[in-house]
Amino acid sequence: MKRDIIVIGGGAGGLAAAIAAKEENKDVLLIEREDRLGGILNQCIHNGFGLEVFKEEYTGPEYAEKFIEKARHLKIDYLLNTTVISLTKEEDEFILYTSSLAEGIQKYTSKAVIMTTGCYERTRGSIVIPGDRPKGVITAGSAQRYLNIDGYMVGKKVFILGSGDIGLIMARRMHLEGASVLGVAELMPYSNGLTRNIVQCLNDFDIPLYLSHTVTEVVADEKHRLTQITIQQVNERFEPIQGTEKKFDVDTLLLSIGLIPDVTLLDNLPVETDPLTKSVKINQACETSVPGLFIAGNSLQVHDLADNVSKESERAGHHAADYIDMKRTKEKGIPVQAGDHILYVTPQYIDFSWGNAEIICSFRSRKKIEKAALNVTQNGKTLIRKRLNFVVPAEMETFELNIEDIDGIGDIRVDLEVLS
Amino acid sequence: MKKEFICIVCPRGCHITVHEDGSITGNMCKRGIEYVKTEMTAPKRIVTSTVRTVFSEMPRVSVKTDRPVPKELIMDVMKELSKVIITTPMSLGDVVIENILDTGANIVLTRSCMK
Ligand SMILES: Cc1cc2nc3c(=O)[nH]c(=O)nc-3n(C[C@H](O)[C@H](O)[C@H](O)COP(=O)(O)OP(=O)(O)OC[C@H]3O[C@@H](n4cnc5c(N)ncnc54)[C@H](O)[C@@H]3O)c2cc1C
Ligand code: SF4
Repeated sequence: MKRDIIVIGGGAGGLAAAIAAKEENKDVLLIEREDRLGGILNQCIHNGFGLEVFKEEYTGPEYAEKFIEKARHLKIDYLLNTTVISLTKEEDEFILYTSSLAEGIQKYTSKAVIMTTGCYERTRGSIVIPGDRPKGVITAGSAQRYLNIDGYMVGKKVFILGSGDIGLIMARRMHLEGASVLGVAELMPYSNGLTRNIVQCLNDFDIPLYLSHTVTEVVADEKHRLTQITIQQVNERFEPIQGTEKKFDVDTLLLSIGLIPDVTLLDNLPVETDPLTKSVKINQACETSVPGLFIAGNSLQVHDLADNVSKESERAGHHAADYIDMKRTKEKGIPVQAGDHILYVTPQYIDFSWGNAEIICSFRSRKKIEKAALNVTQNGKTLIRKRLNFVVPAEMETFELNIEDIDGIGDIRVDLEVLS
Repeated sequence: MKKEFICIVCPRGCHITVHEDGSITGNMCKRGIEYVKTEMTAPKRIVTSTVRTVFSEMPRVSVKTDRPVPKELIMDVMKELSKVIITTPMSLGDVVIENILDTGANIVLTRSCMK
């Protein structure tokens, strides 16, 4: 049976997308690889979720439950323990193959697909840890999962490399569980986590944050277990500075060095990729260059707030429903370019065939700017100019464009201007 | 003396300054003022953690204090939580420990356990 819409991934994104599409009376199937819905929210037991969407502060599991309840209430079909292993498109039909212990390999088809597969953790990436990786070097997200879901502490003497939110949250979590957390080293001169997490996860417990530092040596014993690390300060070219070595005796090094959108499923589709987001390009309807293929949440761009994932995915759900209702001739659209001090911007295109869709743009800055002006221009004309205070790469910013202001030709540029 | 705070009430993380004359600037909403006032007198935090269960499908279940508790009691709250074992199915919001350490806060489940 051909479905209207298949949603891949049942985290914050997939739930909101499925709910929005179902509320427009579409026939929706949600497919999730794990044994429960909620995605990464299940292991984020700290609070800080829901302030935007519900005006109240919830923990991750509570926030997930709000959406799971709604999905149940709407009787949305879903599959658990089922992994989508391939996604292709023939004519107007998407073809998905899934794998599960209970059902083996199955085939599903649909008119539209929403990708909400989340992101994965960078394990080494640009940060080279010399030597081979001993036992005790693991990603912060895996440690979080072991501790919060399985109830298993990965170590007693911990150091954290990278100041991403997961690292900061885990610093506090492991401290509270009785581990000694010796410090957090961050390569950049600023933290990559939300400011509030620096305050309530590090400062509250006097855990030191070493900015412009990295791990330059790891030592293991004969059983291949981590015993010691060395951190060093780095210069502007990120080269270690001699004489700044500090040694720490540890049994665990947690890596919190970045998240990357998981779009491996799109390898066989002619999607246009974006080296800036490390995902694919979309128009204002969250639609990729493949008509009917929508994407949202952390698989589109890594979000720091679940609330933004929910809102973005809800829009993707509405637009996918719209796509089912109305044939349109897809245009490539007007490119939106990331200009000065902008790390990336989404959507990357404004498509006039989606003229009824709101244009909510998200971006991140490349560096910390105390007083900035956001300038959005096209053909020398200003579309938006607004003041922003404390712009940091760790916090995603948004703005809205009005389709009536946009010319039918000429790139849109998004720049940040540093004000003194 | 001028004092700087980062408000942690919501993810916006406003940088708030308390000036010598007692005036407060930098907060984008009035909850920021409340935050700075308690932070200067008796800082409080919500504690989130997990407690053990007897169920192999869900060996741990997440909990929180349903209101902020004094910062200096956080470790004592953790100690109390380590003594808890959930033995019967319970729902999200159910109280595990009432009025923990006389703080007026209850420990409640933040997800359902086997229910
Ligand atoms: C440690 C941490 C702390 C955070 N703290 C906060 C906070 O305090 N406040 C806040 O608002 N936000 C926070 N966030 C951000 C927020 O939780 C996430 O951005 C959001 O939950 C991500 O939702 P998602 O649906 O995009 O991805 P996910 O939750 O990762 O969901 C993706 C789902 O897709 C499934 N999947 C992937 N591939 C397949 C496949 N091939 N087949 C089937 N299923 C598949 C996965 O199993 C997963 O369930 C935090 C995030 C992390 C990691
Ligand atoms: S002052 Fe208001 S807006 Fe600013 S961080 Fe605090 S609660 Fe949020």
